[in-house]
Amino acid sequence: MANTIQTDLVAPERKLASVQASEIRIPSTDGELTVMPGHAPLITTLKPGKLTIVADGVSTDYAVTGGFAEISPDSVSILAERSLPANEFTPEVHAEMVEEARKEHEDAHPSVADMTAKMLADMEALGSHMLG
Amino acid sequence: MPSLKDLKNRISSVKNTRKITKAMQMVAAAKLRRAQDAAESARPYSERMLAVMASLAASVEGTPSAPRLLAGTGSDQTHLLIVMTAERGLCGGFNVNIAKKAKAHAAKLKAEGKTVKVLTVGKKGRDALRRELGNLFIDHVDLSEVKRLRYFHAQGIAKNVLNRFDEGEFDVATLFYSRFENVVTQIPTAEQIVPAKFEAANDGGAASTVYDYEPSEEEILADLLPRGIATQIFAALLENGASEQGARMSAMDNATRNAGDMIDDLTIVYNRTRQAAITTELTEIISGAEAL
Repeated sequence: MANTIQTDLVAPERKLASVQASEIRIPSTDGELTVMPGHAPLITTLKPGKLTIVADGVSTDYAVTGGFAEISPDSVSILAERSLPANEFTPEVHAEMVEEARKEHEDAHPSVADMTAKMLADMEALGSHMLG
Repeated sequence: MPSLKDLKNRISSVKNTRKITKAMQMVAAAKLRRAQDAAESARPYSERMLAVMASLAASVEGTPSAPRLLAGTGSDQTHLLIVMTAERGLCGGFNVNIAKKAKAHAAKLKAEGKTVKVLTVGKKGRDALRRELGNLFIDHVDLSEVKRLRYFHAQGIAKNVLNRFDEGEFDVATLFYSRFENVVTQIPTAEQIVPAKFEAANDGGAASTVYDYEPSEEEILADLLPRGIATQIFAALLENGASEQGARMSAMDNATRNAGDMIDDLTIVYNRTRQAAITTELTEIISGAEAL
């Protein structure tokens, strides 16, 4: 069995990474998920959080907001609505994201208030993960 | 017969025009490259997105839990036409072709007794449609200040459209834009985005594997469909951007060539007229001398 897995991280505007990774940690909606080569086929949605790709023993962090990941035994594609490499993720960018989520939460229809509240909390937590 | 001075003035004015069209052509060429790059880098995302959505949609289709965005409202009485055009003119038939396509579609729907609403993106399409469909306009998205199209622009439009859908303002939404084929060909295209429709773009790749879903398929789909619409709008905006620059480039190329032809013709007339004047003058001098 191959010990690496083809990993693509794409955002609507650009492709952020396309590497042979040995391990990927994905912030899925149901909790953190670590994918290694040979993982069972899975499609999962993402929550705002830190995505880590480990390739050649070097791990690279990305901040992602919503989106989804498609995992098959020999490839992983992560389609993130908004995604930034760790070095572009500054406190200013984070503040802006939190602000956006907060506005979304305030404008939200009561029926989705729980969802947007969770989104906001995730967004705030993202900062401590990435910047801490 | 125009005088020599008139001809000279015309030649220099056409030369100035040629300089302008040439410059516009080169600017369009540079912008086209950028627009194509943008469309290119957006493609992996939208293709993947649509493939996954198509396979999900196939598995949920027909079940009562299928979301409204996929299954529709059960009626197709009210249609929303989203017409995307350029903010600027001078790009050949680009805006007109999209507007024509939208008009034809609207006329067909009206003939069937349906209600038509129009949402325009881009000033030129709004102007082109105002006379015939002006009373059907419900909203306009202005992108004239936008230098570079970003995903959040598409998200903004998608949100606008989805809010209207939730309010029950329409049943079916169709997107009108120009697909970029190459520099000389842009194809005006109509694409239905609500209820979501998937062509057989997905040839096996994703469908052949049986996936687990986390959370459930329905939940993922409900999360995905609005994103999918934003993605489709984004892709269409980018295609449109590339098409606009392509159309402008070939229109300006034509204009430059026409100006060149015109300059050649005028120069010939100018030279002939000048020669005629000289000949007349000579004849007058000679015959005057002979008369002495």
